[in-house]
Amino acid sequence: MKKNLRNKIVLIIAVLLICLYGIFGIPSGISGKALLSAISNRIHMGLDLQGGAHLILQVQVSEAVNAETDNSLQEIQQDLKKANITVSQVYKPDPNKPDVIRVEGAPAAQNDAVSSLLEGTKYANEYDVSGGSDNNWTLTMKPVFENDLDKRTVDEAIETIRDRVDALGVSEPLIQEYGLGANQILVELPGVSDLDQVKGIIRSTARLEIHAVVDNGGPFPSQDAAMQSVNNALPPDDEILPSSGDLAGSNGTQYYVLQRSAIVAGSDFRSADPGVNSNTGQQQVNFTLTDEAGDKFWDYTSANVGKYMAVVMGGTVREVAVIKQPIRDSGLIEGGFSQNEVVELSKLLRTGALPASLNYIEASTVGATLGADSIREGVTAAVVGIVVVMAFMLVYYKGSGINADLALIFNLIILLGIMGLSSAISSAAGGGGLVLTLTLPGIAGVILTIGMGVDSNVLIFERIREEIRSGKAASAAVDQGFARAWLTIVDTHVTTIVSAAILFIFGTGPVKGFATTLTVGLAANLFTAVFVSRVIFEAHLNKLKAGEMVSI
Amino acid sequence: MEFFRNPNVNWLGWKWYFLAFSMIFSVAGIIKMSWNYSHIGSPVPLGVDFQGGTQLDVKFANPPDIDAIRHAMEAAGVKDAVITSFGPAPQHEVLISLPVQTNEAALDTGRQQIESALQTHYNNYFDPNTGVNVAVVGPTVGHQLEKQATLATLYSMLGMLIYLWFRFQLIYGVAAVVACFHDTLITVGAFALTGREISLTVIAAILTLVGYSMNDTIVVFDRIRENLRMSRRESLTDLVNRSINQTLSRTVLTSGLTFLTVLALFIFGGPVLNDFSFALVVGILIGTYSSIAVAAPMLVAWQEGRAGKGKAASLPAARKPKN
Repeated sequence: MKKNLRNKIVLIIAVLLICLYGIFGIPSGISGKALLSAISNRIHMGLDLQGGAHLILQVQVSEAVNAETDNSLQEIQQDLKKANITVSQVYKPDPNKPDVIRVEGAPAAQNDAVSSLLEGTKYANEYDVSGGSDNNWTLTMKPVFENDLDKRTVDEAIETIRDRVDALGVSEPLIQEYGLGANQILVELPGVSDLDQVKGIIRSTARLEIHAVVDNGGPFPSQDAAMQSVNNALPPDDEILPSSGDLAGSNGTQYYVLQRSAIVAGSDFRSADPGVNSNTGQQQVNFTLTDEAGDKFWDYTSANVGKYMAVVMGGTVREVAVIKQPIRDSGLIEGGFSQNEVVELSKLLRTGALPASLNYIEASTVGATLGADSIREGVTAAVVGIVVVMAFMLVYYKGSGINADLALIFNLIILLGIMGLSSAISSAAGGGGLVLTLTLPGIAGVILTIGMGVDSNVLIFERIREEIRSGKAASAAVDQGFARAWLTIVDTHVTTIVSAAILFIFGTGPVKGFATTLTVGLAANLFTAVFVSRVIFEAHLNKLKAGEMVSI
Repeated sequence: MEFFRNPNVNWLGWKWYFLAFSMIFSVAGIIKMSWNYSHIGSPVPLGVDFQGGTQLDVKFANPPDIDAIRHAMEAAGVKDAVITSFGPAPQHEVLISLPVQTNEAALDTGRQQIESALQTHYNNYFDPNTGVNVAVVGPTVGHQLEKQATLATLYSMLGMLIYLWFRFQLIYGVAAVVACFHDTLITVGAFALTGREISLTVIAAILTLVGYSMNDTIVVFDRIRENLRMSRRESLTDLVNRSINQTLSRTVLTSGLTFLTVLALFIFGGPVLNDFSFALVVGILIGTYSSIAVAAPMLVAWQEGRAGKGKAASLPAARKPKN
């Protein structure tokens, strides 16, 4: 009996030490300040306590769909040309439905040829083809393919954002998909102070594109003048874009009519580096294209010598140049860039362009001072709660009250220890695993754990009192007390833990923190209120003389 | 020390008073919620995370003057700003809110406008990087969160019902769920009556108190079931009364202790958690009350209803009677 008891005590002390390590690590000193800084290093705190930004971005996946159908559209045009078929037009009829392409006006004689071309495997994987009887075809992107494309776009956006955030040096950012199937991204950046700069960089769509300028497509002094040049009816595959205002040889913003679909864009650029033009001393960007894009560019420029093309970035025309000779895969852009712009552009192009633009749909920040206020207030409330409960238990249950208070303190040590250990284990494992985060509602969860945890002790003690009243001896009363209260303790803990689990699934950051602290706290309580309390009773019972009663 | 040595209160005798008490608060809550619905479009004021909008919590170096801030907003052309003081006075905190911005591409403009209005037209220092909490929520996210919160509540209730069905017989489960529903109604009614906002953390508090109220009810039911197994000759009313009396000590103590800790949170826990702790304070009181005043009488009423119809008048104690 005694050896059994000693083993149990050793187990309890081992758990205690492990959890203390979890909370403090190896502190540099014993002063209050050293301990506090040890704790805040170990326990991972949520944004609402340490300050930082919580952002939700909506990925405009329709842009990726647009880009994909633009590509297909060009391929269809090339394939038709290779097969010597001339149709009236290949275009996208509705800008609000970027997943639909129309092929119209095929000569009746070549109807079959067009059909077999469009329904061939090259397009059939992506599109459902319909029509054909009236020499017009409609290609609609398959929903399965479109969903897949959306998902890929979101994943690529997440990776790009991650690279950009890393380049900024934010510590422990959280970037992940958000919402179920809503194409949203969650970004959490602890300790960020200049939010505007960060938001700008994350979201920058610095996509570099080269578009053909249509014949007589500019420059126009105003958007209206540009519209008039196309008789106020802009064809669906053209667009009007403003220039950046400092194009060589122009005053102020000019407007150009460009072909909507780019000749080369985004990932077609293999590299982009800042440079200085040896002749003019101007800042420029030297770029190279990928091989595949180089071929495309060669084809286009060979066929269009003497025509104009425009370099577009972020929706503005940066440079317009005449195609003097065919270009394969390297060139330069000079567009009146400042040095900052050139460096930033290169950096952005190196980390890759965003596959689609992002809109912020939620942005919350917590200032570090206010976060610190919250910590102070939460901890004050927790301390008051603990003291009140502990005092009450001492007064109401006398000697056994000490038992309950020890179990309560132990409960808190285990709870905080597990939280500290989870983040230690996670960083040792290179950032994987589940990190338990302490948030402000999480501190409330700790306070609730105190109140609900002491419930278990009350249940057991009340039963013990009942057994004593019905005449049992000390040891038997304690045994019965624990045995009969056990089921009810489990019941009450399970119901609350089930609520907490649901909150964890459906909640956002701070609420998740509440759910985890409550769950871990109550689970730890099952250990402390039953096992640890029991051991303390046993140790005490061993010292009682025959016939003496426990103090309760 | 012992509060309740051998209580012998006729709880079920008070059931009409209990019913009246519950009805008064429920109806008052429902009336205010209907009034709210017609005036502000939702039964309870909704926090910014559900409703969308811009909310800034600004901490000033000196005590803030609400009127001066309002003038600053007007001078800068910021429309529809709602300005209230936040938290205890020595914190110098002010809450400035703008309604939801439907143009999601320009979500941030509200915050920028407020900050520049304060910096230009109001002479009280605040640090825009560390001394401001900002929440800018677009309409998409607001709706999503509403849906999530509703789902969470429904699943929670469903989970409880299933768990109880599994541990007890169905009528116990129904009585307990009715008691929880009563608790939720009165707590939400309290929010409507006091004009407090419901945010996601408040929903978390409500779900927690549902779990807590369920606990409490289970403890009483456990005892009823135990007594039913042992005694066949006692009338149900007497048995239920006895069960409640036997568990009274435990019920009052734990609720009292949890209530004290939550009260500490309400008083000392700061303004951010204030609505959350209010929900728990009200919820714990009502949760304890409902186990005695709603769940237990419902069990007895159900059985008396069955007896009245001439059916076998026995409350199912357990699936297999112990001998």
